[in-house]
Amino acid sequence: MPELIAKSALSGRPPVTLAGTTLAETAVGQITSIACFPGTLAKVSKRLGRFPAPNSARANLIWTGPEQAFLIGIPAPDLAGLAAITDQTGGWAALRLTGPKAADALMRLCPLDLRPAHFPSGCAARTPLGHMQSVLVAEADSFLILIFRSMARTAWHEIETALQALNARAAAGV
Amino acid sequence: MRIAGKGLIDRTEPLKFTFDGTRYSGFKGDTLASALMANDVRLVGRSFKYHRPRGILTAGPEEPNAMVEVLDGGSQSPNTRATVQEIYGGMAARSQNRWPSLRYDVMAVNDLAAPFLGAGFYYKTFMWPRAFWEGLYEPLIRRAAGLGKLKPQHETATYEKAYAFCDILVIGSGPAGLMAALTAARSGADVILAEQDSVIGGRLIAEDGQINGAPSAPWIATTLAELETLNVRVMTRTTVVGAYDQGTYGALERVGLHLPQAAHLPRECFWRIVAGQAIMATGALERPIAFTNNDRPGIMLASGAQTYLNRFGVPPGQKVTLYATNDNARLVARQLIAAGVKVAAILDSRAEASSVEDCPVYLNAAITDTAGRRSLTGISGHHAGGDFQIDTDCLLMSGGWNPLVNLACHQNAKPSWRDDIAAFVPHSGMVPGLHAAGAANGAFSTHAALTEGRAMALAALQALGKTATSPDMPQAEDAPYRLQPLWDVPGKGRAWLDFANDVTVKDVKLAAQEGFTSVEHMKRYTTQGMAPDQGKNSNVGALAVLADATGRGIAETGTTTFRPPFTPVSIGALGAGGQGAGFAPQRYMTSDPASRDRGAPMIEAGLWYRPSYFPKPGETTWRQSCDREVLMVRSSVGVADVSTLGKIDIQGKDAARFLDFVYTNTFSTLPVGRVRYGLMLREDGHVMDDGTTARLGDTHYLMTTTTAAAGQVMRHLDFVHQAYCPDWQVRFISVTESWAQFAVAGPLSRMLLNSLLDTRLEEFPFMTTAEVSVEGVKARLFRISFSGEEGYEIAVPTPYGEALFRDLLAKAETLGGGAYGMEALNVMRIEKGFITHAEIHGRITAFDIGMAKMVAAKKDCIGKASAQRPGLNGAEREQLVGLRPVDPNAAIGAGAHLFTPGDKVERVNDQGYVTSVCWSPTLGSHLGLAFLKDGRARHGQQIRLVDHMRKTDLLCEVTDPVFLDPEGAKLRA
Repeated sequence: MPELIAKSALSGRPPVTLAGTTLAETAVGQITSIACFPGTLAKVSKRLGRFPAPNSARANLIWTGPEQAFLIGIPAPDLAGLAAITDQTGGWAALRLTGPKAADALMRLCPLDLRPAHFPSGCAARTPLGHMQSVLVAEADSFLILIFRSMARTAWHEIETALQALNARAAAGV
Repeated sequence: MRIAGKGLIDRTEPLKFTFDGTRYSGFKGDTLASALMANDVRLVGRSFKYHRPRGILTAGPEEPNAMVEVLDGGSQSPNTRATVQEIYGGMAARSQNRWPSLRYDVMAVNDLAAPFLGAGFYYKTFMWPRAFWEGLYEPLIRRAAGLGKLKPQHETATYEKAYAFCDILVIGSGPAGLMAALTAARSGADVILAEQDSVIGGRLIAEDGQINGAPSAPWIATTLAELETLNVRVMTRTTVVGAYDQGTYGALERVGLHLPQAAHLPRECFWRIVAGQAIMATGALERPIAFTNNDRPGIMLASGAQTYLNRFGVPPGQKVTLYATNDNARLVARQLIAAGVKVAAILDSRAEASSVEDCPVYLNAAITDTAGRRSLTGISGHHAGGDFQIDTDCLLMSGGWNPLVNLACHQNAKPSWRDDIAAFVPHSGMVPGLHAAGAANGAFSTHAALTEGRAMALAALQALGKTATSPDMPQAEDAPYRLQPLWDVPGKGRAWLDFANDVTVKDVKLAAQEGFTSVEHMKRYTTQGMAPDQGKNSNVGALAVLADATGRGIAETGTTTFRPPFTPVSIGALGAGGQGAGFAPQRYMTSDPASRDRGAPMIEAGLWYRPSYFPKPGETTWRQSCDREVLMVRSSVGVADVSTLGKIDIQGKDAARFLDFVYTNTFSTLPVGRVRYGLMLREDGHVMDDGTTARLGDTHYLMTTTTAAAGQVMRHLDFVHQAYCPDWQVRFISVTESWAQFAVAGPLSRMLLNSLLDTRLEEFPFMTTAEVSVEGVKARLFRISFSGEEGYEIAVPTPYGEALFRDLLAKAETLGGGAYGMEALNVMRIEKGFITHAEIHGRITAFDIGMAKMVAAKKDCIGKASAQRPGLNGAEREQLVGLRPVDPNAAIGAGAHLFTPGDKVERVNDQGYVTSVCWSPTLGSHLGLAFLKDGRARHGQQIRLVDHMRKTDLLCEVTDPVFLDPEGAKLRA
């Protein structure tokens, strides 16, 4: 049987490392939006283990809005009648930014305090990234950035530009 | 000339630079101003209006005279303050507002015409004829009066924007700022210390002051070292330029302006700093004194000369005179004498003052004139002992100090006048969370600055609820500041207040005399304070003169409005990242590489790039490709990527009810597996968008929107849900990006689909939807048509989009079909009379487009009541019609207007306008869609089409907007 070929948003683009910080496309697997219907949060929470608190991520769940979360990497449980379940897998490009200048680079694009003490691992936000909207998750030594797939090239360009400037600053000592 | 052993410059690192083409040498740590002074360059610019020769007045960012163009790689930065710009190896700068050269400037003739060129001259002289202002007078005046020039090309340099956050932002690193930062940091606060200069220390450096009985440099170094071990981010070359709401401050960092251009190194970075509390330790500016011809090169502020002496090791002149109104400036004379510079005299305007200095000191002194065209040669006047004439090449002025209150005033609070120091000072609460400390608060001694720095940091810590750890107070001078204000010295001739905009005492008095007695009116009449320095040197002086001229006190006269930015900010920094394609995100479809492979020119649709047409070998114009693609779809099969259309997934037991509410027509009755066209109105009853919505399940719908309206529709749905029915069980989310969707249209469309689908299509009538499997992937199939042909749209998860598009094209080409682009898509929809946002452009009702019946009578919907208002229905409305030129080969253009044949072509006779046009290869005629008054009643009539832009004037037949297959037999086939 013939099979359609699947491609990621930035298929074939190698990671780039600047100022000791690496930008790479990454695969997160399945993404499912879970939006609780009115009054069902407690039940959904029970079914999922725990629903993430606003601006946080835990295990496979990222908070993405009031009573809404993205379930990452695993199939969604049956929540019929409790929540709207929508497959979002193909809609997002996933980028990972790892290294000492990751927060500095993102703080050129996102109006958030992303320094480790203020946005530690486990924090999540819906935030503008330049002119785009994104889902941003702080991980142990990196940031996971979900961006609309069609805008992946622009997001890459903007983050790379921020890294280039940080790299040039380091070289010039300013 | 340099004084051996003095200054903080690095004499081991000489740097070469040019000014007006002449080579000079300076040292690392020099500003352009200090390096030019060290090279005995006095004349650095020409004044704005009179083209008077000007020299360096200050040593800081307030400089009004020494503004130059810096030529750096591909850039040209005008109005760069030589007192701020640091030199670097290979730097090139040039003077501005002069021709042919700085020494010989033809426009200096303006200075001779000065008696005629006073304030208001242009307003009075160039009144008539009115039309001449824009075309003749203004360009001429702009050429004569001016500043630096921009390069008339795109900026190519890199700029940066960034955000920063802290508990306490300390603005300024003089004694007050350093003490505040130390107090805050030792107490565990997260601190940003922003200093506009390249070095830390503020006036401590310029004054060569003492801390704990020793030179201040070691104390500064120790403090800085400690700050860096604590939680402090020290940002040098960073000027805080604005105080905004909620503790947000704008700041401009000069990142690479002091270095040769390097790839990716930003020239400047615009920071938005969010601070819990802020300390304004911005210091004070010394003010000049207005006396006749006080603007000659060689006349400068005493504090400026002190900076050049102590920080750069440059004596301000060979034979220096000091003219002061206060005790504070005496230190400058003493330091000059100590450094071996000859001080000709100290002229003190006060009747009683000390005279302990080792040079002649004259009291009750007034300077009434100065001499020397391109450089000062002498001064004259009178003092307690009679008249004087002094040969001097450098005159230092000190009229007292003005606290830099600007940031505190950025939210429109006015500062308070303090008589004892004859200056405006901030008061608490002007900007919430901003505390003024030190000279910025009118506390001028080092001891007072240190004390206030600590006290204000403690106040800020308390406001943040932090426990304070108070550092010990270092010992420092606490000399009293004795001053007797002197604003202008009576005398013949012009005495300058605003050097940057050439405003004199006489101009301000004239403004008062002519009735412009409000300080805001005086400012606008004379242009005082409107130059790049924004009146930093002149505001207080000018309003003091105005106060005197109007018989009011200074406090009563008040100040003009202080607005951000504090110092000029380049547009490049504010717009960082927005050059070229950085202006907006670019959105690419999965088929993008496949379309470009086929040479398709891409056009922008919103942020998306979509193929315009797919040229075949031999086709030389877009029309050839477009015509072929239309006929191809109508005879075999075409494939187009329609992924850009907005797709919104709507779920919940109230989803149907919600759709009934936002759409004019009914969706609760739509059976599962069916698709319906829907029309959506705005609150005001006009059409917002249209599209198809499919019912995927009992409580599950999929709405589509126009590409460019996707965001607007999503916002509208969110608003309706949150504002009108938050308790309904309905949730929606955009799935535009989740699915790649392709239109497959034409008589062979089913054959093409069947060649790829895993299961052959059985009965699949028009306006149905089902889940299918294509090459092993679950897909959604919709039978809908925007072309009028038998048509399908097949959607697969986005990662498979490119593969499906290429596979569809390969098979379509085997069938004699292929890809079609936006042009062909547009032609086919016009042939079918389908509307787009060219028609539903925001002023159109459902009635206008012949869809009044789609507004369901049995239910309410958003916009329904508004749509029934008088004037939105009836014969007077312009209604959608088709147009066929009587000569089918005559081209018509969108935007043309319609007139009843025989009527005069005048606005009052306007009958409507054309919205969309095409050449229809199917019908062999040009076609148009138009809005025509009472159009539906005029089918079959002729109308005159006039297009003034394209010079078209011809007759068209008015028709039904559906030109092709009005029964829809083909799309239902």
